[in-house]
Amino acid sequence: MKQIVVLSGKGGTGKTTLAAALAQLASKEGRVALVDADVDAANLELIVSPVKLEQHQFTSGRVAEIDEVRCRLCGRCEGRCRFGALVRLVDERRVLYRIEPTDCEGCSACFHACVHGAIRMKDRLAGEWFKSQSRFGQLFHARLYPAQENSGKLVTLIRQAARQAAAEAEGEYIIIDGPPGVGCPVMAASTGVDVAVMVTEPTVSGIHDLQRVLDVAGHFSVPAVVVINKHDLNPVRTEEIKRLCASRDIEVAGLIPYDEAVPRAMTRGLTVLDDGNERLSSAVAEVWTACRRRLEG
Amino acid sequence: MIITVASGKGGTGKTTVATALALAAAARARPVYLLDCDVEEPNAHLFVNPAIESERAVGILTPVVDAEKCDGCRHCAEVCSFNAIAAYGRTVLVFNELCHGCGNCSNLCPTGAIREELRPTGSVERGWAGGVKAADGWAGGTGAIHFIRGTLNVGEAMAVPVIREVKKEARDAPRGALVIIDAPPGTSCPTVECLKGADYALLVTEPTPFGLHDLKLAVEVARDQLGRRVGVIINRDGLGDGRTEDYCRGEGIPVLMKIPHDRRIAVAYSDGIPLTEALDGYTEKFRALLERLATEVGR
Repeated sequence: MKQIVVLSGKGGTGKTTLAAALAQLASKEGRVALVDADVDAANLELIVSPVKLEQHQFTSGRVAEIDEVRCRLCGRCEGRCRFGALVRLVDERRVLYRIEPTDCEGCSACFHACVHGAIRMKDRLAGEWFKSQSRFGQLFHARLYPAQENSGKLVTLIRQAARQAAAEAEGEYIIIDGPPGVGCPVMAASTGVDVAVMVTEPTVSGIHDLQRVLDVAGHFSVPAVVVINKHDLNPVRTEEIKRLCASRDIEVAGLIPYDEAVPRAMTRGLTVLDDGNERLSSAVAEVWTACRRRLEG
Repeated sequence: MIITVASGKGGTGKTTVATALALAAAARARPVYLLDCDVEEPNAHLFVNPAIESERAVGILTPVVDAEKCDGCRHCAEVCSFNAIAAYGRTVLVFNELCHGCGNCSNLCPTGAIREELRPTGSVERGWAGGVKAADGWAGGTGAIHFIRGTLNVGEAMAVPVIREVKKEARDAPRGALVIIDAPPGTSCPTVECLKGADYALLVTEPTPFGLHDLKLAVEVARDQLGRRVGVIINRDGLGDGRTEDYCRGEGIPVLMKIPHDRRIAVAYSDGIPLTEALDGYTEKFRALLERLATEVGR
């Protein structure tokens, strides 16, 4: 079983578009599982027509809660919280302490500081995850509730579920649609994969962010290839990316042209291959060939 | 007035809007602060070319155990909610990457064997964009933008502590200053940190199903959960369909501006040219937008 993650650093460079198309090509060769690791803003489901099979809750960490009856307003908790989660509210009638859940990191400092037993720590329901049947294989996706942390943990969880399902079904490929950035969920999405496909665009931001995500891949020894999306938008910058890749000894696995067919396909819930655009289809096929070569090599 | 530029989906034009706002507002009476809080992938500097005057390391306070004072009670490991400490007798292992810096271990160690040290996880830089040109770059003065950028070190997981430090740099902003925060994509804790304390959340989207899906999530966080005022800028207008505008109308969310889907804008962006320079009329459009927002929030 081979795992391929699509990353970019910068958002909006075409990760989901490419991941869906790669999954489509992979599904013609073997059994595929898909993972949408952008659990903050999952979009793969808008393209691969999933039907939900399973739904699970995701609890992560804890959150503090104050028992107003027991609270003596001593303020010890406020003195210990380093995250500004304890709010002292004063109105005409009374003073009270409240915990702002979006600031609480669940560290229990307030719980330990309270001498009146007025604070308890409870599990935090942080999101949910799903197993669905999509048209290219089973899709493992999730919804991190707004303002939650630990998206990395949720990504790890759905990747595990995908691996387990793929192992049981003798799946050949796991295609992971990664999140933007370089932080916690990106690392969770890319540890232990066989190849990371970095989608970039020939813009100053795209190049800047590509270098950082390549640094992360290097840091964790994840093998990477680069795809330049909208390469004809700025040929000079495209050459700059090619030189950058050459200097790092990283393969440019494909060039995808700037084409209105991409947003058109997305608006209709289709992949660029479904849309039938010749130029785009052959560009994506080339990327897939390069990935396969890398997986076999 | 603090304006946070956020989006949900990545690549919709947050940095384009944030830098255009800052440039349009500069050279006006009020001081302008531009905070790049997309610390995983900060890009605003590419469009405003700041001269950086200072840099400081920021990070998380992590424990250092004094083996002489440790009596092997293991209390530190028990009170750590993040499994960042493992204690085997008097051998105490600290897993720095897991530490949130809450201070439980050092505060609660019965023998006072734990002190805390700043472990750098990123940096905050400060400087000027625009204004008076000095020999070695910008030097502030009339029309200058206070530019502050946070960068998370590669290999680090937690963006929020760096974002908090970037925001601290704007605490010295005088009353009446305009503070513009360029937020990261997404809807989880880093985005929330950027929205806290904002007078207005400017949500940038594109009129595609991905853009709309993620805009709804951003509204859920900014307006419904945090109670911010929200308004939408539709970028690449004409690209997809009309569902984004229908949604905004239905929710009573103002569409404050539409930036057309125009290859010229994309090409200018690709070379780091800000929108206010790429096309005529945008300086005025963003100034009018700022006036509208100032009236709305009353600051």
